[in-house]
Amino acid sequence: MNMLVCIKQVPDTTEIRIDPVKNTLIRDGVPSIVNPFDAYALEAAARIKDKDPSSQIVLVSMGPDQAKNALKECLAVGGDKAYLVCDRAVAGSDTLATSYILSCAIKKLEETEGKFDIIFCGKQAIDGDTAQVGPEIAEHLGYPQVTYALEVFAEDDKIKVKKEAEEGNEVIGIKAPCVITVTKPAFDPRYPSIKSKMAANRKEIGMICADDLPEMNRERIGLKGSPTKVKKTFTPPVKSGGVKIHEDSNDATAKKLFDSLVADGII
Amino acid sequence: MVAKTKDMWVFVETNEDGSAKNVGLELLTTGRALADKQGGKLVGIVIGHNVDAAVKSSVAYGADTVISVDGKEYEHYTTDAYAKAFYELVEKYGPTSILIGATNTGRDLGPRLSCRLQTGLTADCTSLAIDEDSGNVAWTRPAFGGNLMATILCPDHRPQIGTVRPGVFKKGVPDEARTAEIIKEDIHVAPEEIRTELLEVIKEAAGELVDLEGAEIIVSGGRGVGGPDGFKPIKELAAALGATVGASRAAVDAGWISHAHQVGQTGKTVGPKIYIACGISGAIQHIAGMSSSKTIIAINKDETAPIFNVADYGVVGDLFEILPILTAEIKKLKA
Repeated sequence: MNMLVCIKQVPDTTEIRIDPVKNTLIRDGVPSIVNPFDAYALEAAARIKDKDPSSQIVLVSMGPDQAKNALKECLAVGGDKAYLVCDRAVAGSDTLATSYILSCAIKKLEETEGKFDIIFCGKQAIDGDTAQVGPEIAEHLGYPQVTYALEVFAEDDKIKVKKEAEEGNEVIGIKAPCVITVTKPAFDPRYPSIKSKMAANRKEIGMICADDLPEMNRERIGLKGSPTKVKKTFTPPVKSGGVKIHEDSNDATAKKLFDSLVADGII
Repeated sequence: MVAKTKDMWVFVETNEDGSAKNVGLELLTTGRALADKQGGKLVGIVIGHNVDAAVKSSVAYGADTVISVDGKEYEHYTTDAYAKAFYELVEKYGPTSILIGATNTGRDLGPRLSCRLQTGLTADCTSLAIDEDSGNVAWTRPAFGGNLMATILCPDHRPQIGTVRPGVFKKGVPDEARTAEIIKEDIHVAPEEIRTELLEVIKEAAGELVDLEGAEIIVSGGRGVGGPDGFKPIKELAAALGATVGASRAAVDAGWISHAHQVGQTGKTVGPKIYIACGISGAIQHIAGMSSSKTIIAINKDETAPIFNVADYGVVGDLFEILPILTAEIKKLKA
């Protein structure tokens, strides 16, 4: 299997705080991490490679130079090669423009890495939470897709995907080439070893800039090529008017809660 | 694509029995006023097999027109068949805006469709308005794990498309006497165009089915429940209320309860009438998944827990003592 895994470096949203005075997002000092869903996608690819060691796992990311760190981390847990699409021209892209740029980069990579059987993405990135880039890459490339994958089994060009559905799970059959987006599975991704970390550090990360993608239509990338525009951002309003119930004993607290809920017509 | 009409479309997703999912009816209810402001019709889009019930509900919940596509190939959702049918409808009729429920299906279909149409899509909106300056839909959604809200416009492309999580809006009262224009479109997809195959359906056992998104009342436990046995008083309160049991990520990661129960950013986004958070501190990722609940009751020992910032009733105390009393009182009330 020749597999590509799309990786996004994201701010660790559990570490983000709001400036209480300016009411803005404090981004300084927030650590950058590999998007957790992308790590699950890489693990799904690595498990296929465990069974078929002739497989290749290529990583691609788009972002600033520091996104190399995320790619290095991924090289230490299963990735064989890594590429970073890094260019000012792509800054400000929304999901449609981002997926278009990545689809152009994927076609370019296939010239040297061979055709990819499976393109893996995380279900969504934890900063934007849109879950759009994966299916949009599939559409740009004209490939079939499975979203919300929990486990992926591959044999020749036949692929089986166990996916999360509304009422339980489903097993879907799909043929290569295809796009699969991965949600949180029942297992944790593997950890790097000291040896794999050192090997990853020695690997070169291939840089791709906009000029390397002559087929890419410059009108469809960056802010200009993005149909959605952010009009404003604001911090969510804090709910006011809540009542505190804290009596001398838990017993009295419980009774007061019950009485309040009945009096207010909640239950 | 150029809009041919000022119409607002709502994708009314169907259950396997051909009835409408609640989220579609919630969006018709909300879309009613928006369509009027936009100056066009409210149109329900129903794709499936034997979908008369969903068409009827769409009318009752406010659609001026319902366009249905019926065929055996739509009985079970596939990306290829639904994207093709929906795309052909958009090409033919040219709506201005489209609302889609942010279910697993909607989040699979939405980006596929918007990309084919080369237009903008805004995911998981929590409020919708018509921008007075331009007539655009102003789509407001959380980002950065709920730490930030963003209002997004799609000013130069049509149709403008957005998804909305189930439960974010409330469905209205159906009017069975309403009438509407019903259009049946004959669109078929050849088997070879559908490139995925459903091999197996693994339904959760009836007792284990966790319908958090459709629940009216949810009782959730977090780190404060202390272990798998700590969910016992939570399950008992849930049983007394007819509620569904939820959990925070901390409780799921600790292995005390399955991921199917998880509420929050990496779990389900819920909007019940009553949400009771027990021993949940209220990490922003959890709050992002439940803050649209109508009434929030938080029970926590720690008076400074952030969950109290979003609670209508902030109860400070020991859940192991409070829950059994509350459960007993509710049982008495219902007896």
